[in-house]
Amino acid sequence: MVWLSGDQQSITVAISGSGGSGALTAGFILLAAAQRCGLYGLMMRSAGPQVRGGESVSILRLGPSPVTNIGDRVDLLAALDWRNIERFHDELALDNSSLVLHDSSAGAVPDSILASAAEQRQIDFSRHAAEHSDGRANMIAVGVLGGEIGLPLPALADAAETLLGKKAAATVEAAKACIATGYRGTVAQRETRADGETLAQRETAAPAFSDSPRRWRISGNAAAGLGALRAEVGFVAAYPITPASEMLEWLAPRIERAGGTLLQAEDELAAVNMLVGASFGGVPALTATSGPGLSLMTEGIGLAIASETPILVVDVARGGPSTGLPTKSEQADLNQALYGLHGDAPHLVLAPLDVGDCAYSVEWASRLAERLQTAAILLSDQALGQTHAVIDPPPRCPPVLGRKRIYAASAQDSAQDSAQHAEQPSAPDSPARTSTQTPADSIARYAPSPDGISPMPSPGEPGYAYTAEGLAHNAKGTPSSSAADHRDQLSKLAHKLKAHDYGDGWARIDRGRATKHATVSADKPIAADQPAPATISLLTWGSSWGAVQEAANRLREQGLQVQTIGLRLLAPLQQEALRAAIEGTRVLVIEVNAGAQLFRYLNAERVLPLSARSFARPGPLPLRPFEVIAQLQDQLNLSPQAQDSGSKHSHKDSHKDSRESVATASQKGARR
Amino acid sequence: MTPAMIPSLRARDYLSEVKPIWCPGCGHFGVLSALTKALAYLERPKHEIAVVSGIGCSSRLPAYLDCYGFHGLHGRALPLATGLKAARPDLTVIAAGGDGDGFSIGGNHFLHACRRDIDLCYIVMDNAVYGMTKGQASPTTPPDWTQSALTPHGTGIPAFRPAAIALASGASFIARGFSGDPHGLSELIARAILHPGFAFVHVLSPCRTYRPDDQSSWKQAVHPFGEHLLSATETPINAAQGSTPALQIQDDGLGLGILYDVPRGPVSNNATLGTSPDRAAALDAIEAELEA
Repeated sequence: MVWLSGDQQSITVAISGSGGSGALTAGFILLAAAQRCGLYGLMMRSAGPQVRGGESVSILRLGPSPVTNIGDRVDLLAALDWRNIERFHDELALDNSSLVLHDSSAGAVPDSILASAAEQRQIDFSRHAAEHSDGRANMIAVGVLGGEIGLPLPALADAAETLLGKKAAATVEAAKACIATGYRGTVAQRETRADGETLAQRETAAPAFSDSPRRWRISGNAAAGLGALRAEVGFVAAYPITPASEMLEWLAPRIERAGGTLLQAEDELAAVNMLVGASFGGVPALTATSGPGLSLMTEGIGLAIASETPILVVDVARGGPSTGLPTKSEQADLNQALYGLHGDAPHLVLAPLDVGDCAYSVEWASRLAERLQTAAILLSDQALGQTHAVIDPPPRCPPVLGRKRIYAASAQDSAQDSAQHAEQPSAPDSPARTSTQTPADSIARYAPSPDGISPMPSPGEPGYAYTAEGLAHNAKGTPSSSAADHRDQLSKLAHKLKAHDYGDGWARIDRGRATKHATVSADKPIAADQPAPATISLLTWGSSWGAVQEAANRLREQGLQVQTIGLRLLAPLQQEALRAAIEGTRVLVIEVNAGAQLFRYLNAERVLPLSARSFARPGPLPLRPFEVIAQLQDQLNLSPQAQDSGSKHSHKDSHKDSRESVATASQKGARR
Repeated sequence: MTPAMIPSLRARDYLSEVKPIWCPGCGHFGVLSALTKALAYLERPKHEIAVVSGIGCSSRLPAYLDCYGFHGLHGRALPLATGLKAARPDLTVIAAGGDGDGFSIGGNHFLHACRRDIDLCYIVMDNAVYGMTKGQASPTTPPDWTQSALTPHGTGIPAFRPAAIALASGASFIARGFSGDPHGLSELIARAILHPGFAFVHVLSPCRTYRPDDQSSWKQAVHPFGEHLLSATETPINAAQGSTPALQIQDDGLGLGILYDVPRGPVSNNATLGTSPDRAAALDAIEAELEA
């Protein structure tokens, strides 16, 4: 299990335990230690519904290259106890190449673990912990796992100090002592084994722990909060809901530092209407919720669209329907985000593709909503929101013009603002008021314009008072039930979204080189420097992107021309650009929901060829690369060996035979 | 322009050109008149006022004013106004609507707006009937009113008591006015706007179309409230807990005047109002923390 001295590209480690055992804390410390060694990683957590006393599992995957998903299987499990371990059987994905470390005092190994045929080893987590005053078994486990993984002890100790920093000094010291005990015990034990290394070899093999600039350690929910700050969101109102609350809790102290306001509302109906009020006041506004809250907010979202008042609703989706699976993930809110509003209510729907992309997508969604004076719904999910990752700092979103104003004075303000904050992508767009213009000329709040966007004054600007209106209205905003006014205003709402140039942020398209943003759009056909044309398109959205990416990489190693397309802008759908991107390829549409919601949407929009196939399965289990490969061969019938697929295998690959079939790619065998 | 150079506005200057859809004789005309009088008296510049409403006859009010306005969703005037005031504390924000909008579909927001005690003036035009949907019982309708086809035997449930509930929920200013007395009402509204907290103005505003018989007697029945319910020296929370029964006994629902007026409670609203103007520096610092 010395992954760093072998050719293994990553390792997946799980820690399980009952409530209060500190399985999550142990995971966070290992992730922070990896960050301190220049590694990438991510950590998912799985927990039951109990507030306290429930069981939980943290699953980490670490490696020297960006880690996009949790992988196919678990290499190493540390079980602090066995309580209700069967609940996590599916998440743990153990097999006969896995190693299970379990506490000697925890009792008999459960059948579900025995059935995996994983190698087992008893470790005296609790007994070693008892050797230290205030010692805890989870910290012994951190040391043991750190040693097994090959993380240097100083990195583990520093990570523990940072993460436990708010606790009493004695607690921190006890934790560090336990980590050291576990770490040295592991290495000492290895010396007695046939494949053992010496301590000196281990120290040499371990990645350097340094103070050089580090990557970010951040959750998807925090990254989404960061995107809000980057977008200059100045007002947040929300009602607590799992799994979105962490985004709000991350934002609460930080938006205050950035000069904004956060308000806990009495319910989601209030929250969304508070956003509309704040945005009417000229302040970019956002809320975060999950499926049940999104249901309650839909009427308010419709008001934002009809009154042309920009807002952003972040849906950190969980399993549904109804109260559903509050702590677990599913990509099943797409239909609601697309179609959940009454009347013809064109709006924006976006989805981030990975943890870091939560920042990019939230910033972009907020800026687009501001520019287009509409509502945006951003579909994150539990698998992104509650996953903590070590990532490179995510890029800023592409420039988007700011809210269209009336005043020349506003333009000057905005220009000064932009000059002060040169990195801000927003730019002023305020036609200067000439001396011949009187307020009366510009007072029609909902006047038609070539781009469908009317200048939007804010309260406080003299001469432009208007009443924002949720009733059908005329150009001035006066309620009107006239057929002509209704037609004109509906047309305006649709046109402004359609006419906007969204650039190349609408999707990520990867044809096998470094991931970059789409280079295909309606006015920009496939660039000449692209790799050979793909024959297969793996088309997906949201949190499924990472596993699909890894599946594609493995397929490419087998010589298949595979491209991945991750849709970031789901509505308005960029039909022409998407058609151009998939032209001539066989398409598999991949998503984690039972209803094939994306597949059906794309078919309704008539962008897919008849030969396109769907791989849609419900949550809450995270998508794993082997599933994608198995589906590809089943659905697109790419291999005569299709019937051999289906077992779980490591992504690790020592075979490079390009003539191998797809089936072989999914069968990448035992790691050792 | 210095304040001295701003010409003082007359009440009618606050009216827009839009003609009200209200029935002849509707009480809401009196409320509109009282509101414009109050705004003129306070000399509030029109562009610094925002009037937010829900849905219903009375919620049409914002369009009739030459101020910023928002005609939002049924029952959601208070949260919209709360968001606006929290984001733009510099504005004078007034929420307005009817009894169904405020006490039935928006009832939860009413409780929490009182609790939150944010600086809003909330005018409820109470005619104890749903007028726009043509004559159904509202939360303030007496239980034995049988004129609605929807509840032919009456609602059978006691009427909502807005002032008592506002008091119990933590409002720091409660007044009751009558649309038939626009002058007295304008003074109550002016005081409510000046009150630095949540100021609830309960207005008896008769519906001539659906409640002509019951409410024509209001003109004779209303009377001065007498004295304040509670002294301003008591803290609002203790006062509310201790004095709600007294309100029930003393308040027949027709007493006009300021029913309750205490300084805004020591518990601030739960908004975190930031002060740092250097957003870019704050963002840089927050991003740097992610490396830890």
